[in-house]
Amino acid sequence: MSETALQWQGVTLAFGGAAPVLQAVNLRVAAHEFLCIVGPTGCGKSTLLNLAAGLLAPSAGTVEVFGKPLTGINRRAGYLFQGDALLPWRNARENVAAGLVFHGRPRAIARADADEWLGRVGLGAAAERYPHQLSGGMKKRVALAQMLALKPEILLMDEPFSALDVQTRSLMENELLALWSAKRRAVVFITHDLEEAIALGDRVVVMSAGPASRPVGEFVIDLPRPRDVAEIRMTPAFVDLHREIWQLLKGEVQKAYAAGAEART
Amino acid sequence: MKLFIARVGLLLALLALWYGLTEHGLLPPFFFGRPQLVGEVLVRWIGSGMIFRHLGVTLLETALAFVIGIALGVSSGLWLGLSPRVAALLDPFIKACNAMPRVVLAPIFATWFGLGIASKVALGITLVFFVVFFNVYQGVKDVNPLLVANARMLGATPRALVRHVYWPSAMSWVFSSLHTAVGMAFVGAVVGEYLGSAQGVGYLILQAEGSFDINAVFAGIVILTVCALALDALVSLAERRFLKWRPGSAGANT
Repeated sequence: MSETALQWQGVTLAFGGAAPVLQAVNLRVAAHEFLCIVGPTGCGKSTLLNLAAGLLAPSAGTVEVFGKPLTGINRRAGYLFQGDALLPWRNARENVAAGLVFHGRPRAIARADADEWLGRVGLGAAAERYPHQLSGGMKKRVALAQMLALKPEILLMDEPFSALDVQTRSLMENELLALWSAKRRAVVFITHDLEEAIALGDRVVVMSAGPASRPVGEFVIDLPRPRDVAEIRMTPAFVDLHREIWQLLKGEVQKAYAAGAEART
Repeated sequence: MKLFIARVGLLLALLALWYGLTEHGLLPPFFFGRPQLVGEVLVRWIGSGMIFRHLGVTLLETALAFVIGIALGVSSGLWLGLSPRVAALLDPFIKACNAMPRVVLAPIFATWFGLGIASKVALGITLVFFVVFFNVYQGVKDVNPLLVANARMLGATPRALVRHVYWPSAMSWVFSSLHTAVGMAFVGAVVGEYLGSAQGVGYLILQAEGSFDINAVFAGIVILTVCALALDALVSLAERRFLKWRPGSAGANT
């Protein structure tokens, strides 16, 4: 088995006296692996990612990064957030350059680097634009360039494309796969969309309904690469995998829905 | 352009109304002045250059109060916004200071700092400070947590966070408070002069009142209004220059 990039060991997270969000989670991501995590709404998927990023500290258990226990921010990881996290007062180039400047790179070099990365995500012509002048898909590309410019060894992605329209979304998924294939890194990709998870991942982990959520199933996705996310959905192997994983996920989704209905009445 | 003509027309109509009412004895000119005499006073003041000395003093007081008040407001706002414990401790005191009608401080400042410009600047600062302070404080507390999390993931140190996330975020709030702040600085200067001074536009108005020269009072008010509008326009100019990233601001091309 290849090197471990990220490992959650017996990780529990509880806020105050409430029931824990995550309960004794054990999960491992290999150094070049694309791991997708699916689960019903409110199962603590994002929390799992925030723990790996070091934005949250576990109540019990440890998070290990390349074999070392994580304290503080995870310096070897990049994070692509679900929402728009670009600095609105900086144009695209300055946004991408921000991380490089934080790392002590001289401004001129950071800008040149940023332009190169913007070119790589197809936004070479939009470097001077401010976030409010960019479409949702373009903002995501800038955020992607911002993250990749720091060359992180682990990519954490929290439903990054969920707010995009279907066409833009497939385009972005294919681009992400292309970028990842060019330089394979550990990826943890959170989504509530099972099709997206299967189309992208090497492995899909299903989380149980919250509270006290934990992984309840793990499926190896042995579909050939390179993949086209739109076309692969039509293949019989994809459909079989989808059916198999959905059997498990459906139960958790129904549990989450029932718990939600109970809370509403 | 049409709108501009309509506005000038409205202004002329109001002046004509004033003229008509005072000329035909419907309003006593002794209390309401006469527009043509107000104009005469203005011409005399500007022609002799006498007004510029007083106006210069008032504007200097305004500028000092504005700059110092903003500096204090921004630094305190950043400090308290980033230190919730200190903010919790000082909260009732700040509210009390803000609720206090600060114009009554003018006589106290006059005894502390004398009748020169220092007492007017001090009064202006107390007015400007709170406007800016509350905006910066709120701005720092309302920073989108996602921006902070993202900047931290990108390697921002606490210092870099303040400089690149909290500070620019607060600045957008500061600019929205500057229109009010510049007006406050002006009010502080004029009220301070009015309550005791030897120069400034507020002093001119006080003198004119003392001699029942209502036309000169109106002339002073006209000068103050024009200056207030000019200061407001300057703030708008600065705003356009510094907030070009904001949706709907000038310079945005979508």
